[in-house]
Amino acid sequence: MSATGIIFSNIHDNNIPELTRMRTVASVPFACRYRFIDFTLSNMVNSNIYNISVITHNNYQSLMDHIGSGKDWDLARRSGGIKILPPYITAFANNANLYQTRLQALKSVNDSISRITDDYVVLSDCDVICNVDFNDIIAYHQKSEADMTIAVKTVDLTPETAKINTIFTSDEDGRVTDVLAYPTNFSGTADISLNIVVMKTSYLKQIVLDAIAHDHNSLTRDVIARNMDRMNYRVYKYEGYFACISSFEEYYRNSMDLLRNSEARASLFSVKNRPVYTKVRNSSPSYYSPTSTVKNSMIADGCYIEGTVENSIIFRGVKIGRNATVKNSIIMQDSIVGEGASLDCVITDKNAVITDKRRLSGADIQPYYISKGKKI
Amino acid sequence: MLKKQECVAMLLAGGQGSRLYTLTEKTAKPAVRFGGKYRIIDFPLSNCVNSGIYTVGVLTQYQPLALNEYIGNGEPWDLDRVNSGVRVLPPYQAKSGGDWYKGTANAIYQNLEFINRYDPDYVLILSGDHIYKMDYEKMLEAHKEKGADCTIAVLEVSLEEASRFGIMNTDEDLRITEFEEKPKQPKSTKASMGIYIFNKDLLEKYLIDDEADPNSSKDFGKNIIPKMLADGRKMYAYAFSGYWKDVGTIQSLWEANMDLIGDQPEFDLRDRDWRIFSRNYSDPPQYIGEYAKVSNSLITEGCEIEGIVENSVLASGVKVARGAIIKDSIIMRNVTIGEGATINYSIVDSETKIGAGSIIGHTRSSNSGIAVVGSELELKPGTNIPGGEMVDAEWLEKNK
Repeated sequence: MSATGIIFSNIHDNNIPELTRMRTVASVPFACRYRFIDFTLSNMVNSNIYNISVITHNNYQSLMDHIGSGKDWDLARRSGGIKILPPYITAFANNANLYQTRLQALKSVNDSISRITDDYVVLSDCDVICNVDFNDIIAYHQKSEADMTIAVKTVDLTPETAKINTIFTSDEDGRVTDVLAYPTNFSGTADISLNIVVMKTSYLKQIVLDAIAHDHNSLTRDVIARNMDRMNYRVYKYEGYFACISSFEEYYRNSMDLLRNSEARASLFSVKNRPVYTKVRNSSPSYYSPTSTVKNSMIADGCYIEGTVENSIIFRGVKIGRNATVKNSIIMQDSIVGEGASLDCVITDKNAVITDKRRLSGADIQPYYISKGKKI
Repeated sequence: MLKKQECVAMLLAGGQGSRLYTLTEKTAKPAVRFGGKYRIIDFPLSNCVNSGIYTVGVLTQYQPLALNEYIGNGEPWDLDRVNSGVRVLPPYQAKSGGDWYKGTANAIYQNLEFINRYDPDYVLILSGDHIYKMDYEKMLEAHKEKGADCTIAVLEVSLEEASRFGIMNTDEDLRITEFEEKPKQPKSTKASMGIYIFNKDLLEKYLIDDEADPNSSKDFGKNIIPKMLADGRKMYAYAFSGYWKDVGTIQSLWEANMDLIGDQPEFDLRDRDWRIFSRNYSDPPQYIGEYAKVSNSLITEGCEIEGIVENSVLASGVKVARGAIIKDSIIMRNVTIGEGATINYSIVDSETKIGAGSIIGHTRSSNSGIAVVGSELELKPGTNIPGGEMVDAEWLEKNK
């Protein structure tokens, strides 16, 4: 059994526009030292998937910079490894429309898909943070002789959260009986898609060719919903930790959850034989000065902390000045918080500068966002 | 023949470092952990890369496993290269026989073939037991400028300290007139740092001659340097100023780690113009808990701190339970410290578990000395280790 991974790096960019203005959703920074794609890539590598294609369409410079040759994920390989598939626009084509959906993305890389020789493919988005062994899903897929297996998680939904998720219903054998994409009036307990899909490579090739011939554009509506009665589509119920980052507020809430919930941290970061890899930056250890007070916070390496930090997530290379107070906030890479400044419920993007004594505050349901490189 | 390199660095990393006791029981001294996420060898290796020297031979002999594994293909230092890069050079058997490295000069002699593959003009000899940042390129420039046969890096030390070092007596132009090993009455305070640049051809000649001399102890300081000096070769000192520390003893290793701490540390690891590279592990971010108090300390990725940490250096993956107190100590990778344990003025080596309520070491002011706990040990709850004690598996067996 061998498998290829296909990662969609831009799907759902629109969900968190603040953080994706200059980057793909795949390269959104998360949890002190990671980018979203690190979790998906690590899951694949830890499941012995070493042939990985990342489909992109725009803003992918930061992603290319992050991935580099792929060596930090053990994906710099002579055969296989990681391949970035930017949009393929032929010369003389006057139509530069880029794909919006996963099926459109797959159609656009049909050429690449047609050459996959592995038995199975694992399709994954980047905005679902979890630590999962794809081999378990593939084993379940094989055992149930499914044509397609979709990983789902049982959650409680409100109309607010339901409308940004895809809901699957299934019979007691796990066979898909219905699928609702982004329902606008749903609430209650349901199985939502983790946007991780497993199928045989031969079936994927068939789906893509079929979609091109019929001009189908949605994997959920045009493939799953149309064929679920005659094909064997299954759900795989994932039980572990997961965070679906479907909005800016969810980004904040899920980040803060890592601080509140030590089990969440453990099930994401401390799973035996399944570490999370990321780009190595060679930061020195972090220094906590005698004037610092740090409580219930996650801190990356390379920080210099002289002030107070509480319930916060501090990325690599951040400086927190003397008498500064940072509470309930997320401070991204290389940002500087000046002396005596005070932040509460603030998210600063990379390289932000908060000048001395500045006071900024958001609310926990609506954190205040400071964009990349901005000086306040 | 490989692509020509102007200068090849040879890093002597075979030393046992017996004065580090249990810390070098299972690894060579250059592989001893330092400063939270580094090993001693990261410093000369990073210096090489930052100085534009990309061909480095690492001569290993004593307990090389950890060192070999650590260096790997050299990727963390950008030394995985096509025409150059880092190579680990253990002693080997050849047609004419083979032997262990009998001295520093013999180690280089046995690897002349490696050096000659790059057809270098110069050879830089380094040792793997010092913590410092140095631009070897500047030293090479000085060497070329003087038209020297050999250049030796020296550091100004105090007159009292001078009798512990190899001392270079020079004229005004820094030309070396006399070399004295650990002189009782030093005539100068220029101490050799064990960093040499030789013109390759000349070095080769002296190494071959030295090898043929049955009375030689095959050592640079004892044989090669005095012989070249006696022959009237052009030998110059290169004055280095800045932080430099031999970490060959428990005391100096502890001090060098402490030099990394503070608002204005003596040795700044944060300097982005002279980065120290190291092999990274995939550890999660640090987590500082609700009841933790961290002060004047360096903490590394993967640490989970619920207790009190003061004036200490914690390497990656250290877990400190609630109520534990760590003071003036160095805790190496993946050590777990149980609830209410107290660690004072100590060094705890990697992967060791300290049981709850244990008391390790004594306060720094008590003059009892640094307590050292070896790697991969399991200390039962309530273990009491007095200050200055060296704890290894044998000690634990005896003091059950």
